[in-house]
Amino acid sequence: MSTEVVEKVEVKKEKEALLSKKRKALLTNPMDSDNPITIQVLGICSALAVTIALEGTLIMALAVMFVLVLANVVISALRNTIPNRIRIIVQLVVVATLVATVDQVLRAFAYEQSKALSVFVGLIITNCIIMGRLEAFALGNKPWDSFLDGIGNALGYGWIIIAIAFVRELFGAGKLLGFQVLDKAWYTANGFFATPAAACIILGVIIWIMRARSGYVED
Amino acid sequence: MSKLNRNSNGYIFGYAIILTLVCGTLLAFVSEGLKDRQKAAVLVEKQKFILKAGLGANSLDGLSGQQITELYDKVVKVDMVNSKGEKVDADEAKLSIFKEYKKKDVTTRSLPVYVVGKKGNPTEVESYVLPTYGNGLWDNVWAYIAIDGDAETIEGIVFDHKGETPGLGARITDAEIQNRFVNKKLAYSDNAIDAPDFQKGEGTNYDDEPQKVDGMSGATITGVGVNDMLDAYMTLYRPYLVSKKK
Repeated sequence: MSTEVVEKVEVKKEKEALLSKKRKALLTNPMDSDNPITIQVLGICSALAVTIALEGTLIMALAVMFVLVLANVVISALRNTIPNRIRIIVQLVVVATLVATVDQVLRAFAYEQSKALSVFVGLIITNCIIMGRLEAFALGNKPWDSFLDGIGNALGYGWIIIAIAFVRELFGAGKLLGFQVLDKAWYTANGFFATPAAACIILGVIIWIMRARSGYVED
Repeated sequence: MSKLNRNSNGYIFGYAIILTLVCGTLLAFVSEGLKDRQKAAVLVEKQKFILKAGLGANSLDGLSGQQITELYDKVVKVDMVNSKGEKVDADEAKLSIFKEYKKKDVTTRSLPVYVVGKKGNPTEVESYVLPTYGNGLWDNVWAYIAIDGDAETIEGIVFDHKGETPGLGARITDAEIQNRFVNKKLAYSDNAIDAPDFQKGEGTNYDDEPQKVDGMSGATITGVGVNDMLDAYMTLYRPYLVSKKK
């Protein structure tokens, strides 16, 4: 899916508007018809693991956005200098540096959340969406396009995990963002929603709805 | 750039070395620059645990990190004792409960007691907060347990853990679970103290039994770990608590 976009942008010769139609598609496609989670089925592990409560999920979405956008821009800027034989290693080093930075910043400024997210911040390094975008897009496109692609994919990833976390926190704890919204008097928190299995089912339902709407079928 | 052979070994080595140096330097700066803040965050968390245990679970609602530190400095005093209840000369700020826990010979452990004063009148003792350390199911668990001025009634407890299962053992960090310990009692015997224990199963009312605490369904091993930890540490603190008993 994404390779089509790569070619189209690459053959463009004359100066393109800052937010041309194609560039807007870079932002909007990953939200819907080319969503990294529901269509490409990438980044599933963290979608299951960190979605127990909204607050942590929001921080995770922001962290992934920071890493994905910057890694995309850096790799895109370096793309003509990177030796092909070690390109994966170069990508990894850049991503790992960014992730370590995020981890350090969270520890300093959001200690409780960094504890709650624990290893999953570090595991952003292995999030397939990030390496996927670097390989499929940033290595062949200019920094501005890569920036937009990063934002688009991070939002596409973010809205899905936030949607899952919304359902899980609401039914699993009767809360949203830590505030009790379902009265304990008549609502007993459903512990099942606190487990990753519930995330798997909610994600399945979202994938089902999105694919039914777009008519997308696996090849 | 085009004249360079980007696939030569020299270019690849050079590229790798420069990239590593740049990224390494960046990370070193980030880590050094944030070190003080990270240390402060850890310290505030400890103070928060101690005050929450000693003054009540909701006592810190709406307070910022700095306000917590101010309150801590105002109401908390530290006694350092050993397992015989004798004062020892040790710096609490540099003490790691984990390192003390690792000492096999328990008589050599330095045991901090956080004497929490009343909010309005810090010289009057509200509670003694005792840090404890032990093993849960997967990894370490620890707690700050607040004993009332009578050295017998539990005023509050705050648990934390490293890697208990979310939704099961990790529930020890929920206020609802921690509240189950409030008003339970320590049982003194000749050489030991028996702390209230999590029972097997969940949903039984133990309001009239000061030695029993409703358990956590699906987290029996974490519960047993917590029970052992509390018994072991309360026994270590026994001489100190006895000296404070009215």
